[in-house]
Parts: sequence; C-alpha cells; structure tokens
Amino acid sequence: MAEGKGGVSRRGFLKGFGTGVVGAAVAAKVRLGEAAPQTSPGWDGKVPVVLRVNGKEYRLLLEPRTTLVRAIREHLGLTGTKVVCDRGECGGCTVLMDNKPVYSCQVLAVEAQGHEITTIEGLVQAEELDPIQKAFVEHDAMQCGFCTPGQIMAAKGLLLKNPSPTREEILRGMSGNLCRCAAYPGILRAVESLAKKAQG
Amino acid sequence: MAKKLVRSVWDFENEWVETVAEVPERLPEPWAPDRPLRVAGQKYPRVDGYQRVSGDARYAFDIQLPRMLHGKILRSPLPHARVKQIRAEKALALPGVVAVFTHENIPPIPWYGDSFLFDPHVRYEGDEVALVVAESEAVAEEALGLIEVDYEPLPFVIDPEEALAAGAPKLHDEGNLWNGRPNVYERGDVEKGFQEADVVVEDTFRTQVVHHAQLEVHVCVADWEGDQLTVYETTQATFSVQRSLASILKLPLNKVRVVNYFMGGGFGSKLGLEKQTVLAALAAKQLGRPVRIANPRKDEFLAMGNRPSSIQKLKVGAKRDGTLTAISLWSLGPGGAYRSAGAELGTPVREIYKCPNVRTEESTVYINAGPARPKRAPGHPQGTFALESILDEVAEKLGMDPLEFRLKNYAEIDQVRNRPYTSKYLREAYEAGAKAIGWYEKRNKIPGSGVGPIKRGIGMATQIWGGGGGPPAYATVEIVSDGSVIVRSGSQDIGGGTRTIVAQVAAEELGIPMDRVTVIMGDTALCPYGPTSGGSVTAASITPAVLAAAVEAREQLKGYAASALNVPADQLAWEPGRFFLKSDPGKSISFEEAASRLRSNMIVVTGARGPNPEGYTINSFGAQFAEVEVDTETGRVRVLKIVAAHSVGRLINPLTGRCQFEGGIIMGLGFALLENRWMDPNVGRMINTNLHDYRVPTMMEIPEIEVIIVSEPDTKANPVGGIGIGEPAIIPTAAAIANAVYNAIGVRVRELPITPYRVLEALGKA
Repeated sequence: MAEGKGGVSRRGFLKGFGTGVVGAAVAAKVRLGEAAPQTSPGWDGKVPVVLRVNGKEYRLLLEPRTTLVRAIREHLGLTGTKVVCDRGECGGCTVLMDNKPVYSCQVLAVEAQGHEITTIEGLVQAEELDPIQKAFVEHDAMQCGFCTPGQIMAAKGLLLKNPSPTREEILRGMSGNLCRCAAYPGILRAVESLAKKAQG
Repeated sequence: MAKKLVRSVWDFENEWVETVAEVPERLPEPWAPDRPLRVAGQKYPRVDGYQRVSGDARYAFDIQLPRMLHGKILRSPLPHARVKQIRAEKALALPGVVAVFTHENIPPIPWYGDSFLFDPHVRYEGDEVALVVAESEAVAEEALGLIEVDYEPLPFVIDPEEALAAGAPKLHDEGNLWNGRPNVYERGDVEKGFQEADVVVEDTFRTQVVHHAQLEVHVCVADWEGDQLTVYETTQATFSVQRSLASILKLPLNKVRVVNYFMGGGFGSKLGLEKQTVLAALAAKQLGRPVRIANPRKDEFLAMGNRPSSIQKLKVGAKRDGTLTAISLWSLGPGGAYRSAGAELGTPVREIYKCPNVRTEESTVYINAGPARPKRAPGHPQGTFALESILDEVAEKLGMDPLEFRLKNYAEIDQVRNRPYTSKYLREAYEAGAKAIGWYEKRNKIPGSGVGPIKRGIGMATQIWGGGGGPPAYATVEIVSDGSVIVRSGSQDIGGGTRTIVAQVAAEELGIPMDRVTVIMGDTALCPYGPTSGGSVTAASITPAVLAAAVEAREQLKGYAASALNVPADQLAWEPGRFFLKSDPGKSISFEEAASRLRSNMIVVTGARGPNPEGYTINSFGAQFAEVEVDTETGRVRVLKIVAAHSVGRLINPLTGRCQFEGGIIMGLGFALLENRWMDPNVGRMINTNLHDYRVPTMMEIPEIEVIIVSEPDTKANPVGGIGIGEPAIIPTAAAIANAVYNAIGVRVRELPITPYRVLEALGKA
C-alpha cells in the first residue's frame, strides 16, 4: 500500500488521532505491507483433503478442524453457500452430500471425502437454472435471499428423494431451514409447483 | 432538470425529520388511478432473482479480497464491570494472529454520546472490549479465548422497573431514566373524559424483548487503496454509513465508498454505522491489508439490537353508544445499556381512533443488557397489542361487536397534527377483511363457547404507519444507443424488491420491456443519494425520483426522434414504444430507433423526488383478522388463517408485495407466540443466544394468509402513488392473534408471547 500520495497517509491518519501508543502496543506482531507466510497458521498441522464438489475434484491442504462449509466458501471460493448460525440450527449452509441434504457447518471437510458434494452453484448448468431455482424465482420464494441457497438445496434433496411430496411432507422436509424474511408461503408454492408437475 | 430547494418534513420511524431538500421545479404528471399501466402494478419476478437463486449474489458476507485478514471482537462476559487490565501476549503468540486492539491502542472515538468505541466501563454482556485480527477466522476465534481481561464487577440491573428504583445501579451520569422524565403527550382532558364515560376499563399489558435475528450477521470488509477507503457493508443505510464513517475518520466524503449490492436482512438492526466497521477501517489502515469482521451468531443476540420489552398500563373510557371519551397510556421499556433506540410505543393510542381526550406517558430506562434498536415498526406491534386488546374488552362490556366499535370511533383526520390524510381506506379494509375471514359467521358470539377441548376463535386488529417517504432522493436514468437503460439510485434493496419496482417504474414510463432496464443500487460511488431503508420509506421516496428522471430522459430522446424524422420536436407525441407525428400518427419512430441516433451520445438525467403535499399526513392503514385454534388441554395456539387488508396506495409489484406482507405477518406470529429473550436474573446474562432456543417461526407454523389491497393509488402523496408496506405488515398480527385467542377460550392473555404455559395459566390449569 502506497503511503502519503498527498491526502491522508496511513501514518498521518493515525497521528490525527494522537495515538502514538498504537504502534508500540502491537509492533511485535505487525509487519506492515510484508507478505507474511511466517504468520500463517502452522503448515505442520494441515492435512491433505480431496473433495469432489459439483463434479470436480479438488485437492486441498486444510486444518483438520475446517468444516465443509468453510472449505467450500473460503478455499474453493464458492460463496453461494452461506453460514448463518454455524451450529446446525438454521439450514443456511445446506448442501447435498450424495444427493442428501446436510448442514455443511456440521460436517468436517475431512469427513466429506469420498462423497459427492453438490452446492447451489452446481445446480446451474451452463447458466441454465435448475427447475427448482426457476420455481423459486417464479413464485418469489425469497426476499433478502440469504437463506435461499440453503432452501433450494433442501428442496432439491427432498424432491430427489420424493419427486411428488404432499404439502405435509414439504413442510416437514423444509422445516429445518429458517427464513427470517419468512418467505415460507412462496417457498411452499415453489416446491409444490414441482411436486404437481412430477405428478403430471 | 431544473430544481429548487424546499424545507421538507416527513415521517421516519415515527420521528418527524426536517431537512432542506432539492426537489424538481416541475413535478412529473402523476400516474392517475385510471391510467392503464403495462408494467407497474403488475406481477414481475425479481430482476435479480437469477443472482439470488444461483448463488451468484455477492453479499458483504461473501466478499473475499486478496490478503484479507479476519477480525473478531472480544465482548464483555459480565453485565456491568470495569476493565482493569487486558493482557494480549498469549493471543499475540498464537501463530496467525496479527494484532490485538483495545482501548489502550485505539483512539477514544465517542460512541453513544457518553461512551467510546472501546470503553473500559462495560455496561452489558456483549459490550466491545477488544479486537483480534488474524490470518483466518478460525485463528481469530481461537485467539479470543487467549486474551486475559481483569474485570472489576459492578452491581447491575436488568429489570426496567428495578432500574427506576432508588439506589438502583446507575449506568450513566444522567441516571437510568432517559432525559430524567417521561415523554408526555396530551390532548383534551382525560380526567374529564373518564368522568363522562359510561364504561371504563383499566388493564396492564406486557410484551417481551424480541430480536431481529436477520440471517446475514453484521459484517463488513474494509479495504484501502492509497487514501481511498472502500467498505463492503451489510446495511440498510449505505449513504448514512458513508457519512458517519467519513466524519469519524476525518476523511473527505469522496474518499469513502460504501458498497452494499445484496443484503441478508436487517429489519432495523442495520440502520447506521457499526463499531466494527470503524474498527475494520482502522485496523486495515494500520495493517495495510483488507480486514473483514463478521459477528458470530451469538453476538447478534447480545449486541446488535432488539425490540424492547414493555409494560403498558392502559385506561379506556367510552359512552354507552360506543363513543370513546378518553384513553390514557403509561408505558415503560428498556433502551438497554446505551442510547440507541427508545421504548416509546404510544403512536397507535394517539392516532388510530377518534378520541378527544388522550394522554400518553412513555418512559425509557437504561438497563445492563444489549441496546435496543429500531425493529420493524418500532413501538407499534407492542403498542397495538395492548390497545387492540383493551378495546375488545371495552366493546364486550358495551355489548358491541368489536368491528362496529372501531367503526364508531373512526378517525377521519390526523388528530395529532390536525389535518387530513392523503388517503385512508381503512373502512374498506375492515369490510374486505371481515368478509374474507367470515367475521359475522365464524366468530363466537360468546367467547370460549366452542365445544370440546380444541376451541376456535376469531380476532382482529388495526394498523397505522407512515411510509410516505420524502425528499431528498435522487435517481438517474441513462439511455444509451442500443436503447438499453441504466437506472441508479443510492438506496439499497434489502430484500423488499426495490430494484424490481425501480425497473418497473422506469420501464413503464419509457415504454420499454423490463429486460431493457438495469438497476444499480447500494453503492455510494455509483449512485446519487437515496434514503436509508427504514420506516418503509424507500419505495415512496425513490420511485417518484425514477419517474421524474424517466419523463425527462424520454423528453430528451424526443429531440433525437425529431431529428430522425426531420420535424420539430413539438410536433411529436409519445405512446409506449414510439414517438409519432401528431398530425400523422402513422409516421413514427420507435424508442430503439430514436436511441440508435444517440451513437456515442448519452442521455443522462438525474431526477429528484418532489416535496410532500403541504397540509396532509401520509399514512398506511390496515386491518388483520386472525383465526386460531387453541388446545385447552396443552395450551398450544395454532394460527389457522390471517387475512390482511391494507390501505397502502398503489402496490407497484403484487408478487413481491405479497411476499413482503406474508413475511411480516409470520414475523408478527413469532412475536405473538414464540419469540422471547431469556435473561438469567442472577448473573445478568442472556440464555438463549442461538437460533434453536430463540424460537423464530419455521415453515411448520405458517398459517393460510390472504392479502387484500383495498386502496387506490395515492397520487396526492406522490406521483407514483405508492406507500411503504414493509412495516405495516407486522403491526397488527400479534394483536389480532391475541384477540382471536380470547374469542376462542374466553379468557385473556395480557402478556406476550402467548405460550402454552400462559394459556393454561389463564385457564386456571397451570
């Protein structure tokens, strides 16, 4: 980062607050502008992990504590899958593991090895949305959209297992996914529309 | 476009905001109610639906920048304490930790008036103590546990009534009662009113603390390029965050950019600059790398706002014929540990019904718990619950139908400001809602008279809210040579579908298909100013600016059409899709052909939102009707059906509008039956800081919902004719459910949430 090209420089900026103490207190760990491999978490503890995500194989070196959702988001850059509660309560991180919906915050990346993982990005084929994604748009089954990837994966998993679920089966199947905007009626209509299509 | 300055006063979350606003000299011609519209008012799926369902939508939570660091905030585990010492050595020794910031090395930036960014006097469990910055989120989380803090515990108070008692622990120099006195409003003479009454009912109602629990946590990424700061922020207030941040960091506004393209829910918890955003900017500046700070879910419950609880003592007097003679309200609620949002809730009492004698006395107190924030219609769901409950009690004493009683006291004008409304179709809402729920057929004439252990009941409640919006608000419309159009506005689409209605208004006025319009919102560097999305003001503030810009842009395009046809521009007229010669309508040129004459020219027009009409109040109104089933053996309440009939001017998109109404109603159901912050009074800490124990509605709880819009477009309010809908939706739901529960079981639950235990208690079975 360039300093002091006119305007506010980093040093001048901090000085503006009269905070000489800042540098002193944290200097031991601060390496301004330096590439810092030496501050990276210990390479030693990392383990090789092979994940199959959306039909592709990825070879990663991860800390064993890395959850599947963090591997997907932070290491593969697939940020469609969200973290909401990070403790298996909300369904925001739902992905498919061998076509079954799982909370990816409750699965370690190392445990996901040998399984076929599908994320929200994996439902899109050459920019063409999956029928369940289209149904969500058509029935306006969302507001802010933050839970939407998880909802769609839960719905996809439900429909893969049971292509024509009853209303009761949809409510139960989808009840593990919270939507605070409460677009639930729209979600129900979207899933029901596909259930009806499957019934012909 | 010629503009002028006016003084503008309008309603934002029950506060009357006064600004000097730039408005157009000439207002666009309003879309008259009888004007046929092709696009606006029609059901269109969201223009950004693809992004939202494909995972492409990038929220602030999803921003990953090269060399980005992760920050986590250490929060006080105690409700009230003094930080004596912080030792960060062990945390700093953890591989991957880059820095620790505390009050000792962060500037004493003022916050909440008498506190600081990091204040060694911590006043609630969750108060900010330190920031760890590390190479990964996991390492930052681990490091939090390695920071050693010596606290000197102080006496605490978490009960609002105890906070007012003599000798209660004091949080601030001013004492625990905000401003040292209640907010008092008075019209007429309530004592005289009660003397004139044939029936007087007095009762106390209580509501609980509930949380926003929006799914995207508060998160920001701060990134410096030289002296230019970009902040990716999840916010309802893109421009307000930019201004506050620039002011605190003493940076020029043009050096601070706030970006907020997709936003994962706010409901009032994201209305301003956050401490963590300032911290991320400071840390990123010092460390020379981008810094991301995302709250864990637990912190959202502790520190990022709530709807305060309430104690409401209400007294209502009426004459035998049902005429209200007096209403008085005394209320108390906690603002939490700092001044962020008050606990006022008296607007429904003052404004919904015609009553000459009204007195409200509302108090907010400090307690050692998370600061309140505005939550979806601040004050209204709780105030409406109490008011609408006691009105049903009065109606019963008078032997009147509750609906008839309300119609008897219908307010034709705004009694607080003594002026008419631009529009009010509440009578129509009562009528339509009553019909749809089967009010006269299904309601128990004798409450609780149903046979068997599972009893059904019907109840209703009324809603009032602002949402008229106002200036300043801008939008630009750009037409380029292939006939495609870009619309920019500085507000944000927080999930209400704002981008979609903006595209609809532009497409309508320009006479082009929706897919020819791209909307850019939520970026201070790319968009002209648009208001904060709170108070349901976004739609009514920015769509008239879009309309003004579109009208002017089309007028400018007419010049190119005229030169192509080789006629003077004033001989051309317009109909959707084409300009034609007035004298020879067969001779015409399409929008696209005219645009093709632009070549490398561009039409760029900035439209401004006009002033609100003088001498009028703009409000939404509505009535919701609930049908419930109560199991008198288990105490469980099931909501079977909600009918929501509302007066909100023109609904610009009935598809996204329906979704917003349904969502507000279900959130209202959560307030009525499920949600509650549990505090441990012994230690002053919150118990249910997660989405399992803090119960928000799931799909299993949803009732059948019927939404009916009873209003005509309100073109007196603004030329597009829409009034906001986000908050009206939630306001009367809990009250309608509570009245339905009474109608089912014949005993009243005066405290929310109406849990199975409270139902059994009311039935004398607990």
